[in-house]
Amino acid sequence: MERFTQLYAALDETTSTNRKVKAMVNYFDEAPPEDACWSVYFLSGRRPKRLLSSRAMRRWAAAAAELEQIGSDQTAPMPEWMFEACYGEVGDLAETISLVVPTEERGAPRPLHYWVEERLLPMRAMEEDEQQAEMTRIWKQFTQAERFVWTKLTTSALRVGVGKKLLIRALSEFSGIDKSVLSHRLMGPWKPSAEFYEQLLSEDETDAAASQPYPFCLARPLEDDVETLGSPDDWLIEWKADGIRAQLIRRQGEVFIWSRGEEQIGHQYPEVREAVQAYVPDGTVVDGELLAFKNDEVLPFGQMQRRIGRKNVSKQMQREVPVVFVTYDLLEMGGHDVREEPLHERCAMLDRLAEDHFTNEKLRLSPLLDGSWEELQELREESRERKMEGFMLKRRDAPYVGGRKTGIWWKWKVDPYTLDAVMLYAQPGSGRRASLFTDYTFGLWQGDELKPFAKGYFGLTDDEFEEITRWVRRNTVDRFGPVRQVEPELVFEIAFEGVRRNNRKDIGMSVRFPRMARWRRDLSPSDADSVDDLARLLPDLPE
Amino acid sequence: MPNPLLQTDDRGIYCAAGDFHIDPWKPVPRAVVTHAHSDHARPGSQAYLASRTSEPFLRKRLGKSISLQTADFGETVTLNGVRVSLHPAGHIRGSAQVRVEHNGEVWVVTGDYKVRPDPTCTPFELVPCDVLITECTFGLPVYRWPEPEDVAKEINDWWRQNASEGRTSIMFAYALGKAQRVLALLDDSIGPIYTHGAVQQMTQSYREAGVKLPATTYATGKDTSHDYTGGMVIAPTSAGRSNWIRRFSSPSTGFASGWMMLRGTRRRRAGDRGFVLSDHVDWPALMDVIDGTGAERVLLTHGDTAIVTRWLREQGIDARDLETPFARQEEDVAEEA
Repeated sequence: MERFTQLYAALDETTSTNRKVKAMVNYFDEAPPEDACWSVYFLSGRRPKRLLSSRAMRRWAAAAAELEQIGSDQTAPMPEWMFEACYGEVGDLAETISLVVPTEERGAPRPLHYWVEERLLPMRAMEEDEQQAEMTRIWKQFTQAERFVWTKLTTSALRVGVGKKLLIRALSEFSGIDKSVLSHRLMGPWKPSAEFYEQLLSEDETDAAASQPYPFCLARPLEDDVETLGSPDDWLIEWKADGIRAQLIRRQGEVFIWSRGEEQIGHQYPEVREAVQAYVPDGTVVDGELLAFKNDEVLPFGQMQRRIGRKNVSKQMQREVPVVFVTYDLLEMGGHDVREEPLHERCAMLDRLAEDHFTNEKLRLSPLLDGSWEELQELREESRERKMEGFMLKRRDAPYVGGRKTGIWWKWKVDPYTLDAVMLYAQPGSGRRASLFTDYTFGLWQGDELKPFAKGYFGLTDDEFEEITRWVRRNTVDRFGPVRQVEPELVFEIAFEGVRRNNRKDIGMSVRFPRMARWRRDLSPSDADSVDDLARLLPDLPE
Repeated sequence: MPNPLLQTDDRGIYCAAGDFHIDPWKPVPRAVVTHAHSDHARPGSQAYLASRTSEPFLRKRLGKSISLQTADFGETVTLNGVRVSLHPAGHIRGSAQVRVEHNGEVWVVTGDYKVRPDPTCTPFELVPCDVLITECTFGLPVYRWPEPEDVAKEINDWWRQNASEGRTSIMFAYALGKAQRVLALLDDSIGPIYTHGAVQQMTQSYREAGVKLPATTYATGKDTSHDYTGGMVIAPTSAGRSNWIRRFSSPSTGFASGWMMLRGTRRRRAGDRGFVLSDHVDWPALMDVIDGTGAERVLLTHGDTAIVTRWLREQGIDARDLETPFARQEEDVAEEA
């Protein structure tokens, strides 16, 4: 545990990616495979399925804390209200626990895999009072730093500013194995073990080749006037659909569908996978968007969301939310990488391919648009009606480049919806922002009541967050753990991308991607918008 | 019921019987001042009473010409028949608790204080009293300070590591008090120590008062070509946003404060490293002091007073909030914490 705690501390104390990578390389250099596999597991954001409820952990921690009693040398367990007050101050459960539970007797140092395999996982089979006794024993033999990392492991993801990408970079630097190979090997389900770790770093790289995706070309938002891009003739213009970006790969008789987050998602879209299997020739890779599409109409993203993250998609779900693949770029044809060809060449090849093979309704081509900037600007106003987000502008003569290279692909989105809403609740953020109140719940008027409608946690500057944090502390009306109910006084302009019906919400609707556009110091709560104003923005659902 | 001996009015804690204020935030005829930090020593009062050791700092902060009466620690000054004495608070050099006695009743106002050893100031003295007015800036059981020598080792290890990598260490600390406490912890065999102007001035006053501190060089505004590599620079946090800081190549920054106990604050405030070094009491020390004074009533100020009050009441102590306009400002990450 010591070595892993040191790694955690090293990763935690710097924001420099180079230093983080160096810390990980040093760690992998020293850690035995039985431990390293678990570190890879945790650092890649995985965690054992929820073992222990955080509510129970709070109770156990309060009981394990030892609070000095005035006028005696005795200590007593902490009352739960005091634990909640501490949690409110600290803003992070694992850290709160690490601070209030004392270290008693240090046991013999043991490696990470011992703590996970011999102590943590067996707790699943225990009754709650056994779990509590075991957890309390473990807490009390760790130092505060170890207790913190341990509790993080058992309650939530590590969140230490290391994504999968950075982990892969470190593993690659450490082992000399290509990053794409490592990325492939870390996909899908795997069990942390010394064997897995050795295979992960095996030099035989043939396993990864067939499914290997190309790095996605990413668009930048167009902020300048569109006229600055020169003639529209230099650009290939398409609708920007609000779907799921994906790469389809048909190689060696198999089909792979990759999301932009480098996850294989083929199993979620069996109808698309079958169509590719049946209609697309081997040695083809295309880029495009998975879209929910019914009766010749795009369904709102809320419908698509019903299919995201599912292990199995029922036939009924496939009927209710049918998904198609809208293709807009060609990366590989006949087994040849064509990314260096200019876009207009790739599109010409894609047209021929589609004509011959995309004869199934699940496979579509993204239509191209033309006209003067003025005409296009007018057409763009129809985005919302067409369930589109705006336009994509892609340079005709550019190759396909992985990453977010400026000047090749622009997204030219329509402005988001906005409503003015009143802050009702505030809670601390996590990580760097754990001692600031940064996560707010906003309400809209319904009659003379404010009803919660959205949560937002970004869009303001650090200075504004600090100012609001001070305000929250002075204007708390009630506390629920780390959440503070505040005086309904502050008004914010909330921007969001869409609204859908959602019966789990009090107001029967939820909004997509809400964020704070600005703090409206000029408005008072009575100026805020109402639930009816939000309902007017609901899209009409096709039958 | 007679008026309490001390109560708050719109200018601060007021003693009607003695006609004086303690740490008033607005000008008053007579101010008893616990220490020279700007949230306690405010300008504009007609007459001040403070500890003899705090005089140079008060004159630096409030002006040479203030009307200032000083008293030794433990010396009694009688104001309109009320007996007032100052006792060491251990917060910074010259910091005092105020003991007020009248008609057989004793009140103590702690001001800011700590009980951990600090070679740069007189150690805290426990003063028995009937009513205690105490700060509780860190009044939550999550705040338990590590041993100062462990923190000293962390700071020196960090400095040594930076020096070996050819980097300059920059430690942000409040110019009065914290900066000198950090200086006293440094192992000057590691490299040269530099100070920002604001720190240099106060450090000079500490030396003149006989506090032993390692040698420092003033990193002046004019000489921008000096090579600071491997050195330790002590600067106020405000300097972190100035041009002055740019002269230090490949800096590694640290911040010393009790707030560094929490990871969130550390990550947001500390730059590269946060060191838990506070000039306030932590939770166990706060409880010890409250217990040790034998006070029958405790009034809380500066901090999460509602929580400490509730805890003390559950322990059978008559505790309440001392309402003050500044009672909430400590929730900002105060620099002198």
